[in-house]
Amino acid sequence: MATSFVRTAFAPAEPPPLHVGSAYSALARSLFATPLNLVMTIFSVAVIAWVVPPLIRFLALDAVWEGTSRDDCLGISGACWPFVRAKFGQFIYGFYPVAERWRPNIVFATGAILLAPLMVPAAPFKRVNALLFFGLYPLVTLVLLTGGNLDMRAFVLGHVVSWGPLAGFGIEAGLRWSFWSDFLVTAAVVTAVAAAVAALLRAHVRSAFIGTLIVFAVLGLVLLAIDLDFGLEPVQTRLWGGFLVTLIVAVTGIVFSLPIGILLALGRRSNLAVVRLLSIVFIEFWRGVPLITVLFFAAYMLPLFLPRNFTFDTLLRALIGVSLFSGAYMAEIIRGGLQSIPRGQHEAASALGLGYWRTMGLIVLPQALVLVIPGIVNNFIALFKDTTLVLIIAIFDLLGQLRSAFSDPNWATPVTLYTGFAFAGIIYFTFCFAMSRYALFVERRVATPGR
Amino acid sequence: MTSANHAIAVEMAGVHKWFGQFHVLKDINLTVMRGERIVVCGPSGSGKSTLIRCINGLEAHQRGRIVVDGIELTDDVRATEEVRREVGMVFQQFNLFPHLTALENCTLAPIWVRGLPKREADEIAMHYLKRVRIPEQANKYPAQLSGGQQQRVAIARALCMNPKVMLFDEPTSALDPEMIKEVLDAIVELAHDGMTMIVVSHEMGFAREVANQMVFMDGGQIVEKNEPKEFFERPQHERTRLFLSQILR
Repeated sequence: MATSFVRTAFAPAEPPPLHVGSAYSALARSLFATPLNLVMTIFSVAVIAWVVPPLIRFLALDAVWEGTSRDDCLGISGACWPFVRAKFGQFIYGFYPVAERWRPNIVFATGAILLAPLMVPAAPFKRVNALLFFGLYPLVTLVLLTGGNLDMRAFVLGHVVSWGPLAGFGIEAGLRWSFWSDFLVTAAVVTAVAAAVAALLRAHVRSAFIGTLIVFAVLGLVLLAIDLDFGLEPVQTRLWGGFLVTLIVAVTGIVFSLPIGILLALGRRSNLAVVRLLSIVFIEFWRGVPLITVLFFAAYMLPLFLPRNFTFDTLLRALIGVSLFSGAYMAEIIRGGLQSIPRGQHEAASALGLGYWRTMGLIVLPQALVLVIPGIVNNFIALFKDTTLVLIIAIFDLLGQLRSAFSDPNWATPVTLYTGFAFAGIIYFTFCFAMSRYALFVERRVATPGR
Repeated sequence: MTSANHAIAVEMAGVHKWFGQFHVLKDINLTVMRGERIVVCGPSGSGKSTLIRCINGLEAHQRGRIVVDGIELTDDVRATEEVRREVGMVFQQFNLFPHLTALENCTLAPIWVRGLPKREADEIAMHYLKRVRIPEQANKYPAQLSGGQQQRVAIARALCMNPKVMLFDEPTSALDPEMIKEVLDAIVELAHDGMTMIVVSHEMGFAREVANQMVFMDGGQIVEKNEPKEFFERPQHERTRLFLSQILR
């Protein structure tokens, strides 16, 4: 006989079976559950037992901690830490004059003070903080480290009229303006051109006009700051070195590669054929050449192509090279993110009346960048370690200073080399690991609930 | 003359559109008066979606004239953006911004396009979220909402721009059956308030209740346009009769 059934109450929720929750059972299951698991566990333990004890013995147990010269480090099998202590200043500052080391110290300290609250989501005044870190701090760093009071004779036009073909026509004599009138005229010309191009493309003339003016105003303030005499002893960049240079190259590369990458990625997906083509050519060019070639070209070959009086600092050229190189890689990472955003998002934004830049800035990029955080951080970490290639253009970063310290006969011992590289390894690992962990934190933090 | 023109919300005259070689819209002539509610139906691939996507310039037409609220849609970006500010659109797939809360979805355009202060935008957004009956979900993200709730947020988002015309592109086709009614109710309510709207939909009960004009499309053409009573009871064209017999079983 068929019986009908109607539930009259909800079935009660029950606790999970015992073995699911306990930590011990989870461990046992993940380490010894299957024969393969067991073999992997035994293998891993063996590797750890093989590597870790000798490492601890070298770094700590057998190491020499106190001493003043190589004699203290002879006949030992551990690290010679007095060597690192003796050379520490050189590792950090390179050949930066000892009397002026307070300047990089201020730069380090300010950087840490500004960066720390920027990285903690709960800290207040984010906007001011970001403005200080990305706007004022680089300028302060530039003035402090170089000494400021740069001797600028010509902005753009001054260079153009003295450049090969145009020189000798008597124009040069007529156009010997001071730097600032040169700057103002250039600003006016570029602004007019920008407005004209905007009008031609039927874009917003007013925003193009104002945008260009703002760019020049900011540029003018920056130039004014480095033009002023603060009474600091000038320190040439060829004296900079050590970890200071490592950080400068890495941070500059990291900070600039992201906006460059975003612009290139957008350019590559643009509807304007010229912009798209230029972006593709740019990206493929910079991805196609090794960083060493880029740096070598920037340092030694670029001056051969530029007009004689148009030279600028080697370190600056390296910074530009590294930023563009890294930006090209970044562009492809970000393009991957952009492509994963459905068309409907663009359409919904357009339908609401948002223009291209707002659609990108408010809708598409916030979603795309979050998706590619792992790739971006990968690029940052690779860049941080690649900075050491500036060695080939005679800029002595941390690793460069390390190598030059090895040749000091006062510290020539069998363990000096190992000690030095162990020290460099620990520093690089600390920074890269910190970046990696922080990125994981950010990833979790920006994840949208429910997805 | 101006008063007559002001009574017209959307005018399409001799509009043609091609996707590559494919002629999707053929000689579309359609005038929508202010306060009129038009429901467009037709078999899939007949060009219904393309038609309403042309009205806010999501698709460009190649021949003919489209004038929305007195502004003609041309290749001029500014004209297009101006039209889009006055025309709200609701999509089949909702297309909410997943990284923003329901409230932020609604306030984004009023703040960035209309330039309203955040507080005012919040007030407007809450007003419309109440109207679609989900004010309590304001601070949730789209992925935390059901399909019906998401579509109602999408309607509120479009309304926050205070549009003169609303376009609905199959607003209930991606919904689970039990959620269709809550979305249709929101649209019906909007219709009773006198909103000008063009709806692509196969919900014929809804069409009967809301529309004052039915449009049947097939093969990229408007085959028949009539008042709902006539349209459903005495369809003139053979293809309309066939279509209705298939969906009205």
